[in-house]
Amino acid sequence: MIFIILPAYNEEKNIGRVIRGLLNTQIARIDGEDYADIEIVVVDDGSSDRTGEIAQQEGAVVLRHEINRGQGAALQTGNEYAFHKGAEVVVHFDADNQFNPADIVGAVRALKSQALDVILGSRFLDSRSRIPWFKRYVVFPVSRWINYVFTGLRLSDVHNGFRVLSRNALQKLHITHDGMAHNSEIIAQLKKHNLKFTEYPVKVVYHEYGQGVLGGLKIIWDLLVSKF
Amino acid sequence: MFLIQILLILFFLFAALKVIGRFRAGDLSWRGMLAWVLFWILALVVVLLPNSTFYFAHLVGIGRGADLVIYLGLAGLFFMIFRLMVKIERMNKDITKLTRKIALEDKSQNANPR
Repeated sequence: MIFIILPAYNEEKNIGRVIRGLLNTQIARIDGEDYADIEIVVVDDGSSDRTGEIAQQEGAVVLRHEINRGQGAALQTGNEYAFHKGAEVVVHFDADNQFNPADIVGAVRALKSQALDVILGSRFLDSRSRIPWFKRYVVFPVSRWINYVFTGLRLSDVHNGFRVLSRNALQKLHITHDGMAHNSEIIAQLKKHNLKFTEYPVKVVYHEYGQGVLGGLKIIWDLLVSKF
Repeated sequence: MFLIQILLILFFLFAALKVIGRFRAGDLSWRGMLAWVLFWILALVVVLLPNSTFYFAHLVGIGRGADLVIYLGLAGLFFMIFRLMVKIERMNKDITKLTRKIALEDKSQNANPR
């Protein structure tokens, strides 16, 4: 069974469309019987709008954080839920309609056929994503370098919310960074636990700018503080 | 006596009273109360007798007593900030754990079959 985890904070405008998109994609047909079913899990991270309500109406399982704890915290909640439900494969997917559900099919197939533990989405491996120039030439090179300093791994895309995890990876990864620093944390743990992973091209559609530079500084701060 | 001395003394007395008030309200442990009252008394002594720090300042190679107080005060403050940061970080993680536990338990209670 595949569990698709969507951390969501005040996404009432997007969440319905994202869930419908996932349900309409024939994810369940990936290589036959192993993934006969999918479960969409929305972790409502203390939203003050109707995110949880809409997600439930659209047919998702909703886990509710009573107070906002951040994306890392929401993902870990989803991971633990999926693990206890016996998930074979877990997909991390953004709730803001940035990703293309069709990418899940190929990514899960790659995970299986190459016997990998983790697949990390990357928007730089093909040319489908139109990335704002400031992000492409300033923000990402800097964050790639910072990621390398903290994790020791070179990746083309360090802050991509698209991931596919095997049950083995699910068991070993523990996200302790509540905020956005969990991206680097996951990568560091891949190395620590010797999990087999690869990057996989995904399409990202930019609706808004995203985290901004201040968000980036917050990530560096969180990573530094955790070293003490 | 300089005006600054009077102002500082008044402030220290006020701070010490607040400490005792917190202790009475049960927000402060017995030891915490004692430590803070001692601290404010010490501050009082330093303000009343500025030269009292001179001896210690010379001992460690600082010219003026006031400088010694400032150096120690700054070092102490930074250390306290560091400790508070670590504590807040730990509290944040604990809050997350609780939030997660509640989220997962709520789900298993009103298990909605889908």
